[in-house]
Amino acid sequence: MIKVEDLHKGFDGEEILKGIDFTFERSKTNLIIGQSGSGKSVLLKCMLGLFTPEKGVIKYDGKPYNQFTEDERKDLSKQIGMVFQGGALFDSMTVEENVLFPLRMFTKKKKKENLERVREVLERVNLDGSEKKMPSEISGGMQKRVSIARAIVNRPKYLFCDEPNSGLDPKTATVIDNLIQEITHEYDITTIIITHDMNSVLEIGENIAFLKDGVLAWKGDKSQIFKTDDETVTDFVYSSNLFQKVRKAQQQGL
Amino acid sequence: MNYLHSIGEYFLMLKGTFHRMTKTSVLRSLIFKEIDDLVIGSMGIVSFLSFFIGAVVALQTALNLNNPLIPKSLVAYAARQSIILEFAPTFISIIMAGKVGSYITSSIGSMNVTEQIDALEVMGINSLNYLIFPKIIAMLFYPFVIAISMFLGILGAYTAAVLGGFVPPDLFVQGLQEDFIPFHLVYAFIKTFLFAFILATVPAYHGYYMKGGALEVGEASTTSFVWTSVVIIITNYVVTQLLLS
Repeated sequence: MIKVEDLHKGFDGEEILKGIDFTFERSKTNLIIGQSGSGKSVLLKCMLGLFTPEKGVIKYDGKPYNQFTEDERKDLSKQIGMVFQGGALFDSMTVEENVLFPLRMFTKKKKKENLERVREVLERVNLDGSEKKMPSEISGGMQKRVSIARAIVNRPKYLFCDEPNSGLDPKTATVIDNLIQEITHEYDITTIIITHDMNSVLEIGENIAFLKDGVLAWKGDKSQIFKTDDETVTDFVYSSNLFQKVRKAQQQGL
Repeated sequence: MNYLHSIGEYFLMLKGTFHRMTKTSVLRSLIFKEIDDLVIGSMGIVSFLSFFIGAVVALQTALNLNNPLIPKSLVAYAARQSIILEFAPTFISIIMAGKVGSYITSSIGSMNVTEQIDALEVMGINSLNYLIFPKIIAMLFYPFVIAISMFLGILGAYTAAVLGGFVPPDLFVQGLQEDFIPFHLVYAFIKTFLFAFILATVPAYHGYYMKGGALEVGEASTTSFVWTSVVIIITNYVVTQLLLS
């Protein structure tokens, strides 16, 4: 579980996060949604330790991050898996080497055992047979799955995903969403996902934080978000024509 | 103020590079890869340039020696001095700023724009150490490149001067040995070590701290070449002043 309390962060005198309070629950897919520039990525980077907040606390399983020693921070980073928007695969390495990388860096196990784990994880994300391919030789959806495999190979406690299905077709996007949700439950981890995609909200939104202009404007789950009358949320949720039509149909009782 | 900020950032980068070391077994393989890419990969172009520039230096000297009072051995003497003192260490380093420097900037810059550096940081890896330290160690082998450059430059001069019929072989060898000061070699290799460090770190700085996308990676490579050359030229002047004057 990750708890964020009164989090403030700004750049060049402009405040981006204006006191966020939210609890990202364990064994749930926690979604951060909101328009571009609402502070989602900044919040994520604060939680990852890439940005230092000006005010407020981030607690990992009850312990404030700013009280972690350097060794504890190093240990924490080993418990974090991250799926980047573009995959961020190392292009000089094969699929297998990419997934093996965190194990090579942080475990003292023999290569054979590590490769066994890599095969297991690649099988889990349905990528067995692609071990020797380079990232440039596989599709965007496959790259995302390699990225997920790399993020979970070390059995992390926390999984962060920055728009994991951006740039993918709707079918592949659903496959990625479902894969992340299954992994979250299977590994009993805290998953935090940034997304713009309302389909993802509908599919896997078990705990949702809606940000607007650096403020937590709404929180709830997927069953609540389509029922709320909060205008700031409905403006965002029903901004697509498809969802507007769905809403109209619901209102007309169709 | 911007320059001061960049200089400060560069030294902070150096501090970060020697901090929180990457696992030894991983570093070892990275160092071997960098030796292959940066040092061995440059041998071809360096050999080609050194041989022909050495030949041209000898030809130019021979063609401009019209006075019968000046001994023919001066061709070899002039070629030796220019190759050992300036051409091999400095001129080759400027060329390497284009070849190796732009490779370092663009490879680190591409990793930057595709969030690969963020991925390393999130994993708890010191990306500065992981990316730059192996390049610095690999460039410790750069003096071998310069030694080969010196040898091939003089060989090129010999080929052009002797086979071109400008200087008899024994006079050329005599000219090579005339007034030879061993400290000039020490001076050349001290410069080379400094240039190697500059070649590994200045382009890395430009790649690591660049912002933007693919277009900016190209811009960063150009800027990196300009600044690496400037730093090499200034260092060359300072070292020459300190060691030879």
